[in-house]
Amino acid sequence: MREETPETVYTPPIIGPGHNYRTLTEKISGIVLDRKAPIEWFLLFGVGFIGSVTLLFALIYLLARGVGIWGINIPVGWGFDIVNFVWWIGIGHAGTLISAILLLLHQAWRQSINRFAEAMTLFAVTCAGIFPMFHMGRPWFFYWLLPYPNTMGLWPQWRSPLVWDVFAVSTYLTISLVFWYIGLIPDLAAFRDRARNRYARAIYGIMSMGWRGAARHWHNYETLYVLLAGLATPLVLSVHTVVSFDFTVSIIPGWHSTMFPPYFVAGAIYSGFAMVLTLAIPLRKLYHLEDLITMRHIQNMAKLMLATGLIVGYSYIIEAFMAWYSANPLERYVMINRAAGPYHWLYWALILCNLVIPQALWSRRVRNNVVAIFFIALVVNVGMWLERFIIIVVSLSRDFLPSSWGMYYPTIWDWATFGGTIGLFIMLFFIFIRVLPMISIFEMKQIIDKPEVSIE
Amino acid sequence: MAQIFHRSTNAISRLTIFGGIFVVVVVTAAWAGIIRSAYVTGQDVVREQPVPFSHQHHVAGIGIDCRYCHTTVEQISFAGIPATEVCMNCHKQVWADSPTLEPVRASLRENRPIEWIRVNNVADFVYFDHSIHIHQGVGCETCHGRVDQMPLTWRAEALRMEWCLNCHRSPENYLRPREEVFTMGWQPSIPQRELGRQLVGQYGIDPPAKLTNCSICHR
Repeated sequence: MREETPETVYTPPIIGPGHNYRTLTEKISGIVLDRKAPIEWFLLFGVGFIGSVTLLFALIYLLARGVGIWGINIPVGWGFDIVNFVWWIGIGHAGTLISAILLLLHQAWRQSINRFAEAMTLFAVTCAGIFPMFHMGRPWFFYWLLPYPNTMGLWPQWRSPLVWDVFAVSTYLTISLVFWYIGLIPDLAAFRDRARNRYARAIYGIMSMGWRGAARHWHNYETLYVLLAGLATPLVLSVHTVVSFDFTVSIIPGWHSTMFPPYFVAGAIYSGFAMVLTLAIPLRKLYHLEDLITMRHIQNMAKLMLATGLIVGYSYIIEAFMAWYSANPLERYVMINRAAGPYHWLYWALILCNLVIPQALWSRRVRNNVVAIFFIALVVNVGMWLERFIIIVVSLSRDFLPSSWGMYYPTIWDWATFGGTIGLFIMLFFIFIRVLPMISIFEMKQIIDKPEVSIE
Repeated sequence: MAQIFHRSTNAISRLTIFGGIFVVVVVTAAWAGIIRSAYVTGQDVVREQPVPFSHQHHVAGIGIDCRYCHTTVEQISFAGIPATEVCMNCHKQVWADSPTLEPVRASLRENRPIEWIRVNNVADFVYFDHSIHIHQGVGCETCHGRVDQMPLTWRAEALRMEWCLNCHRSPENYLRPREEVFTMGWQPSIPQRELGRQLVGQYGIDPPAKLTNCSICHR
């Protein structure tokens, strides 16, 4: 992020003063290996655990009773299940953007946030995958979506974007997992060498795959890492593009739009950075990482959030303009129905959350206030969820024929499943920060090697 | 500090890479084999019946037409299982005292149908109709095999969906003239594909795009 700043304005560094190789290793690995987990860790893990158990219970009951326990109906066949799927998938995008695109662009500030942002991506995709899986009604037949030589003599329907989705999301999960794991290997070796418990040594030893830090290892590592970054880069754009095809390929008014792919991708990165900030701000406070995740990181992410938020806001305006300009009564009605229909308060809440409140980030004072940024990030998380609800439910509830209109109300099981995936996400994330280095140790050392970067 | 792992770990770790792939391949291949085996599909497995009825004897030996017993095969979806009275048309005089046929006589005496065990059964969500297949020139033999060579009856085909689709995708490979539908061991006089194409035109059989529509079979 190059920016023209007057000399009087202070730009925070990307790493606090006084760090060397030793302090970095001790600080980051000490969180896992040396120090006890703070009480807050147990509290938050407990919250996540309760949520996960709720999710498990909701899904078992769903399997016993069928999707009728959800609020979905005809005409609103896609309810919370698809809303939450799109929301979670979108959240994952920041991790891939930070790990792949910012790496290729040599953005040194990515190095203290990429590890946990990638972990966030993995856990978000895990939560996302649950929804379409159980939305199928008979999830044990999920493999029918895959092209395999079956005795039915059938292939998946290649003309359906739902099948493209399967490939987009599973590719995304695979690449993200491999990328994350490859990046972990040198740090896992450091953990192996520093762990005092012999079981921990053996487990980290197996996971580090014999890494000795030899020059050849580093050479192979760097080659592979850049290659994987190249592979992952198109995914930042492709995954949510394909998700948007689930809507645009259909003919429902409000869905059938060529604008959706860029609009969805911008929204995904928007919500992704909101979630990274939601996680990073409490984490740096809890583990005293203010010198590693500095105000520079927080501000850069806030700026990215502002930029993608402007693209999203522009899309909202264009959507309304195109509804009028198309001269199509159904398209026009979609906008009227959003703004004044039965779900109008959600639409105005969406505009407030995604379009109005984030404009506060223009102010340097707000960007220097961690609490304010945390609040805005939470608001954007809510806003992006509302956006998916508006797109999916409002369009479906009132389409072409007034005689087939109908309302959608989520049931307690919809909420339990949604809340449950948030719990699962929290639980997985807190397990991650308890057993793995949440900040990449060796990549932080590279920053110290280039003092000009940290002084900048 | 002592080494965490013994030297042999190097070999073991390499082995697990190949071992993992090996296990996945073997398990997949075994699974694919099992679901295609007679154990699952029941193909070529003789079903035990209350009376050891021989199609070989009645069809090849005596020359009874399929329709003598399976009376509704040309009219409705179900081919029909003969009533005890149909059996007794002959067996009141032929083998009238045979102990093997005692269940048939008992059935007539007690006015209670014989409980035949179904041999060919498609899943409940498949709407199979015999009459249309008979009228469009699908021979009995094409699906049921050489019934005239079955001393006891078994399922000649596995009745898997891919097998149905083979014919629905290219019926010309299987059709025969309507008058030969009930013939066992029929051979085409001209090459099958050529004859099949003629018959497809002559009988007005729908194109594969329509014949493979989901709702043709799953209504």
